[in-house]
Amino acid sequence: MPNIRLSSVFLASALALSPAASGAETLRFASQGDIGSMDPYVVEEVFTSGFLGNIYEGLVRRAPDLSIQPALAESWELLSPTHWRFHLRKDVTFHDGTPFNADDVIYSADRVRAGASDFKNRLPSDAKVVAVDDYTVDFITTEPNPILHYTWANWYIMNRDWAEANGVGDADKAASEESYATLHENGTGPFQLVSRAPGVKTTLSRYDGWWGEGSVPTNVTEVEYTPVPNAATRVAALLSGQLDVVFPVPVQDIARVEAAPSGKIEAGPEVRTMYLTMNQWRDTLPGSGLEGKNPLKDRRVREAMYRAIDLETIHARILRGRATPAALMVAPGVNGYSDSFKRYEYDPDRSKELLAEAGYPDGFTFTFQCSNNMYVNDEAICLAVSNMLAKVGIDAKANVQAKAQYLEAILSPNMDFGLAMLGTTPASLDSHIALYSLHMCPRADENSAVWAPDDLAKIVAGKSNFAGYCNPEIDRLANEILIETDEDKRNALINEAWTITTDDVAYIPLHQSWGAWGVREGVGVEVRADNIFDWRYVTVAE
Amino acid sequence: MNPERSPNLIMRLLDSDAGYKFRSSPVTVVAGLVFVLMIGAALLAPVIAPFDPFDKGSIDLMNSLLPPAWNSGGDPAFLLGTDNQGRDLFSTILYGTRTSVFVGAVSVSLAVVAGLFLGLLAGYFGGLVDAIIMRIVDIQMTFPAIMVALLIDGVTRSFLSRDQHDELAVFVIILAMALSIWPQVARTVRASAMVEKSREYVMAAQVIGRGPWLIMARHILPNVMGPVLVIATINLGVAILGEATLSFLGLGIPAGEPSLGTLIRIGNDFIFSGERWMLIYPGLTLALLVLSVNLLGDWLRDVLDPKSR
Amino acid sequence: MIRFLIERLFQAAVVLIVVALLAFVMFRFAGDPVAQMVSLDTTAEDRAALREAMGLNNSLPVQFGQFVLRAVQGDFGLSYQMGQPVATLLAERLPASIELSLVAFGIALIVGIPMGVYSGLYPESWLSRAFLILSLAGISLPTFFIGIMLILIFGVELNLFPTFGRGETVDLGWWTTGLLTGSGWHSIILPACTLGLFQMTFIMRLVRAEILDVMRTDYIKFARARGIAKGRINYGHALKNTLVPVLTIAGLQLGSIIAFGIVTESVFQWPGIGLLFIQAISTVDIPVMSTYLLLVALIFVSINLIVDLLYLLVDPRLRVRSR
Repeated sequence: MPNIRLSSVFLASALALSPAASGAETLRFASQGDIGSMDPYVVEEVFTSGFLGNIYEGLVRRAPDLSIQPALAESWELLSPTHWRFHLRKDVTFHDGTPFNADDVIYSADRVRAGASDFKNRLPSDAKVVAVDDYTVDFITTEPNPILHYTWANWYIMNRDWAEANGVGDADKAASEESYATLHENGTGPFQLVSRAPGVKTTLSRYDGWWGEGSVPTNVTEVEYTPVPNAATRVAALLSGQLDVVFPVPVQDIARVEAAPSGKIEAGPEVRTMYLTMNQWRDTLPGSGLEGKNPLKDRRVREAMYRAIDLETIHARILRGRATPAALMVAPGVNGYSDSFKRYEYDPDRSKELLAEAGYPDGFTFTFQCSNNMYVNDEAICLAVSNMLAKVGIDAKANVQAKAQYLEAILSPNMDFGLAMLGTTPASLDSHIALYSLHMCPRADENSAVWAPDDLAKIVAGKSNFAGYCNPEIDRLANEILIETDEDKRNALINEAWTITTDDVAYIPLHQSWGAWGVREGVGVEVRADNIFDWRYVTVAE
Repeated sequence: MNPERSPNLIMRLLDSDAGYKFRSSPVTVVAGLVFVLMIGAALLAPVIAPFDPFDKGSIDLMNSLLPPAWNSGGDPAFLLGTDNQGRDLFSTILYGTRTSVFVGAVSVSLAVVAGLFLGLLAGYFGGLVDAIIMRIVDIQMTFPAIMVALLIDGVTRSFLSRDQHDELAVFVIILAMALSIWPQVARTVRASAMVEKSREYVMAAQVIGRGPWLIMARHILPNVMGPVLVIATINLGVAILGEATLSFLGLGIPAGEPSLGTLIRIGNDFIFSGERWMLIYPGLTLALLVLSVNLLGDWLRDVLDPKSR
Repeated sequence: MIRFLIERLFQAAVVLIVVALLAFVMFRFAGDPVAQMVSLDTTAEDRAALREAMGLNNSLPVQFGQFVLRAVQGDFGLSYQMGQPVATLLAERLPASIELSLVAFGIALIVGIPMGVYSGLYPESWLSRAFLILSLAGISLPTFFIGIMLILIFGVELNLFPTFGRGETVDLGWWTTGLLTGSGWHSIILPACTLGLFQMTFIMRLVRAEILDVMRTDYIKFARARGIAKGRINYGHALKNTLVPVLTIAGLQLGSIIAFGIVTESVFQWPGIGLLFIQAISTVDIPVMSTYLLLVALIFVSINLIVDLLYLLVDPRLRVRSR
């Protein structure tokens, strides 16, 4: 008897498998980490919000070329510089069949700004959201913001009825009870959740009632996502045909994947800019032993560091040509980028001269904090930079750590670094956010000290400026850029600001890496510069 | 083996039986030779190695990813090729072996000292002392070496500055490995001590009024040294592998300082890209080192044969 | 007997509390969980608020007290990263780890025992020597290296086996199993061989040593002298006497397979508790880390307890010899 039961289980599993094998097109893909939560307001992280963008939708979305497209809003207009009107799409239903309307937008606007939402900055806290009718919503802000909706592509609209019926409260990271929204969804997007085992496997299927059916190329009906943190395992699984798409493929494995008959690489420059941040506000440079002295406050020393780094060789050897050297803190494609800016030339001799002028002919020592699992070849780049700085006499002691320990060291309140490597992606794809959070003075008001320990909670502008770069002129320009509605004037102001920060050597921009997607032969994908994987553009050959 | 033979360890080692077993096993001879050669090369690394991997200024990224000298594109200056930073692989392997041997030897020594002491205490006194020590052993056995390393790492992190912590990374691993090995030593010593304790000669010593410490040192210690030496040798291999595993998982020696584990971890990133020498040579070195240690351990076990006593 | 049992149970409880304390203390220093839970752009104010809400600002004894109090009630909190109860996460992952461990253990026994018996009975044969050296080579290579090599050779070059994951699983309600599907068995081979290799070596050497030992005992010599057939001596007497201690000691190893499968699980992305733990370390998911540790401690303490009791029941003298 047990035998018969056993074989019926076999049969059942075989039957369960067969539709996927014949009729349906399944996309099996893997990346390094799992999504944090199915709740779209809990974790702002590229992979999670990109993943959820296939399930949930915002009022707007970004096309493969990152241009803004209508999504749940069909169109919008600016009634005055502070008054926006959005016209909603009428034929939309959530995955449970509930029709979508203005009330859901109001609910989402409230929830995204409440509790421990990671997306609070999508909408100013004092902005009013008003339903004019079932399919028209007004946003009224106190300050003009010409790019209000630029960051809305991953502010996803949730369904009020569903949330309230299931007791979904505000986003709460310190909760003691599991939220219903953590493992369930009710979006409007083309894919809906079938099953999810966090950290193991998530399966999704096509939502038949999607409003956009036929407007995008995808023929995928099933999606299986597996987190595979180990890069070698990921590449191996692609090469052995177990997966259709893997991301990221380490640069050194690109050639191998391309050479394999079953695989190919889809790559393009990322919009994330990698940079080195130099601690300019501590009175004693961390790790230097120079009591009361911080050489990095001296512009000449910063230029000397800049010129000591042979980016071309890093580019050729470590990134194997798959990167775009950067002279600015924003990437091509971000509004306000200009190729008129040039990198300071690699010139170790000039570097030594500058160090001597600044009074450090024999160099100095400091702590160089690096991650080893956050960015493309971050560890190798860090060690190479450390070796290059050694050649001009600067001893940058590389401390390579995993993300958790690394972030703890460099973020507020510790900010314990002389030099650190980071990447930045402006969410709005506009220069203002980069100026605002990375270049404005991190202080409570004009008279306080930078990163004064008592003011940490009050620092909003310059909140990611852990280097403590502070130039009041930039503060003034950034505030003007925020409210300037004339595009030409605004871009001129941005250009002025970038000129100043470049002259100041506020940061050392390095490059934009190229995100490399390993794709099985016969599968088509659209690679986006923000590394978001939009399944709407995936095709799987029969 | 003859139980009446002198319990003195050194005598046993010098015993012609051991010598015979060594000579008659070509594998052991080769293992011994390889072991001595590798230890020698590791100790003399600063003399033998053509480059100093700690001299950051001498490392040139332009030299990175060169294949071994005999391959096309290889450079005779870099015998086994270079890694992704342009470091000479031969030199880094020498220094890496040095780190690995150092970690292994020191952690095993620490573990043996601690295990002997606590094992003797537990076995000789029994009762509450035994219960407490053996429960500590139980706790200790619960923690995989990785966890122990994390614990030590975390605790040291809390009272050392970041730079000091980085410099002490090697000692953190040593402590972690020692902590994960000592329970085995303690268990074995305890078991032997309990057996020896009930032997007539120990009882006789007790009767004539010798103190417990003297009895332990004079009578019990020499008798447990055989099995302890075997455990120590086997665990030398375990400790070296442990360091490699921890470094592989990124919890070990910092990347700037070569250890075999770190080298393998870096080399592992290049297994698909064709630069496999970065994985293969450090891997082979590690395997040879541990294999020779284990073969010697086997031979020691045969000679001392703790099972037949 | 009862007194012994109570004593050991009490000691086991102490062990668990100490492990809980250590786990708790060490994870305080493992990194900042808040940094993992928010985006880089989150303000210092929001970070501080989250830290406060998570109770990270309470004094250590208070935090520990709360942790133990809840743990006793079976509430291990929510995973910081996944927002799900830790107990559920572990329960979902445990079947994968147990199946992997059992299959690895099975392979180790099936291969290890015959090899051990053979090399114990014919210690001088060249095959025995080859077994011995081979087994040594097996434990001289680090597990992660073996795993990577198996993936490279059998997964990528020869394309014979899957390189990661569990394959298709069947949900039995309280247990998900990969052992009822072809792809499940297909997927388990490489990781089980990797994980089982060390145990196989261990068992082989144990069996060999025991057989050598038994063959020297008087009653085997006596049996020989009586002219009993060699085969009957070997398998009827020697092997039978060997298997009890071998299985006991090997059983002890089962706990360590489960606990130390971390490396294998991470190389093969095997969705077990070890992989969960490694991922939790990298994201400083403290509730997951401490609960995992408690679970491992519980497994060990229970196995030790059972083995101690068995020793006591079977042969009091064995207690002395237990390693």
